[in-house]
Amino acid sequence: MEFNIDIIREDFPILKSTVHNRRLAYLDNAATTQKPVSVIESMDRVYRETNSNIHRGVHYLSDLTTRQYEDARETVRRFINARHDHEIIFTGGTTSGINLAAFSLGEKYVNKDDEIIISALEHHANIVPWQMLCERKKARLRIIPINDDGELITAEYEKLFSDRTRLVSLTHVANSIGTVNPVREMIAFAHERGVPVIIDGAQAVQHGKVDVQDLDADMYIFSGHKMYGPTGIGVLYGKESLLEDIPPYQTGGEMVDQVTFEKTTFNRLPFKFEAGTPNYIGAIGLGAALEYLEKTGLEEIAAYEKDLLEYATRRLSSVRGLHIFGNARNKISVISFVLEDIHPYDAGMVIDKFGIAVRTGTHCAQPVMDRFGIRGTIRASMAMYNTREEVDRLCEAIEKVKEMFG
Amino acid sequence: MDIEKVQEEIVDEFGLFDDWMDKYNYLIELSKSLPVIDEKHKKPEYLIEGCQSRVWLHAGMDDGKVVYTADSDAVITKGIIALLIRVLSDRKPDEIIDNDLWFIDRIGLKENLSPTRSNGLVSMIKQMKLYALAYKVKSEKPNDDGKTG
Repeated sequence: MEFNIDIIREDFPILKSTVHNRRLAYLDNAATTQKPVSVIESMDRVYRETNSNIHRGVHYLSDLTTRQYEDARETVRRFINARHDHEIIFTGGTTSGINLAAFSLGEKYVNKDDEIIISALEHHANIVPWQMLCERKKARLRIIPINDDGELITAEYEKLFSDRTRLVSLTHVANSIGTVNPVREMIAFAHERGVPVIIDGAQAVQHGKVDVQDLDADMYIFSGHKMYGPTGIGVLYGKESLLEDIPPYQTGGEMVDQVTFEKTTFNRLPFKFEAGTPNYIGAIGLGAALEYLEKTGLEEIAAYEKDLLEYATRRLSSVRGLHIFGNARNKISVISFVLEDIHPYDAGMVIDKFGIAVRTGTHCAQPVMDRFGIRGTIRASMAMYNTREEVDRLCEAIEKVKEMFG
Repeated sequence: MDIEKVQEEIVDEFGLFDDWMDKYNYLIELSKSLPVIDEKHKKPEYLIEGCQSRVWLHAGMDDGKVVYTADSDAVITKGIIALLIRVLSDRKPDEIIDNDLWFIDRIGLKENLSPTRSNGLVSMIKQMKLYALAYKVKSEKPNDDGKTG
């Protein structure tokens, strides 16, 4: 199917809205994306027509909703090319997925003086759960450093391995500066040493095809709301053998098999990791989002966004006094920059008044900012529905910022 | 002039501006009028840290009144602080503690009041009131010999 930006924009109602009397230019997609009509309607339809708690009742509606929920799981499986449906665990989002991973893997594999490798590109959600685990188990975090372009230094990564290395947890794409990490090669290297690898895919799955079998990731975690789906739903993919091997994270209804006051046995996968009533409406909405992405074409999206990134990089680079942080050879459509002598917050306040949504600050990735010795950046993160015209408008707003604060 | 009067005065000043740009330009002007904070007070213990911008706030006592000095790395934040200081500085602790600061909403900068925005103007105001409270408690404390009054 041909990628038609006008048709795509029509699918997203919010893009027609105005902010401060100007047409909205939404460039904060790394934080969350807008939703197409098909996603909004899929959830609306459940509430109106079939809503019922799943996996519980024998009645008609419960059965119908259960099937839609399980269909969504199958859609996710197909989308990331997992081998089995039951390798797809629905979570509350990336953060809750990483917390699950840190707890369950940690319980099973990490002990005193063991080591866990993460990178200097992580956002806080892929730092803090591992820090907490290390505190609990008296283990240590080892950090893969980055170079001045914001790329991981793979030679340093390899040096971090020791016979105490138990886990690696890596972001696929850096939310703060857009770097795409060579996770396939990094996973292969860890596997040669028998170390499992968890990938935070929150910023990757919406920008191009991800195949978990091809990557050979042991776990791959992402959020619905960053890929045109609803909030409060996410996915943890895990290899069957690994998920079978580790203990459950949260306990309660649905994840149990038999409960007596002496002992509880746990349900089979994936239910072992889905305690309580899951966010089935969210899962159904996520299924609709993935279908939308498939229909549009992941390759087409990637090509369009690459072109837009190149255009935006060229335009912004020509602005005097503007410095881009993160110049990785392989990056997705995120541009993080500072304006000489102008605080990102001041710039953001003015850019907002032009109806343009960008993010300012540390982007929940303080270590990345520390690495570059800055207090924060202005971040324009683009999605499939953004246009060159919106980039031009951003440049105009920046000129105004320079005039006001320069 | 009491706190209510100063707030009314500020609202009147901002009433002269029709659009956001003039308001921001005025805040930029005000930021330049903010009395310079003593370098020795620009230390971590006086820092109100937030995700967006940093604010250093110091309070001293002069003749029964609390005197604030402050600085920020962001200009607009600094302009807003200049307004806060105009309203709250050089006043008795009770005046500072009891008053409601309604002018920020009225001059069309309400978005600055959201709990996470900047480093919350909210936490800035809270810190100013805490200082006032601390000075109030201190001034009511018994003397060193243990006797009150």
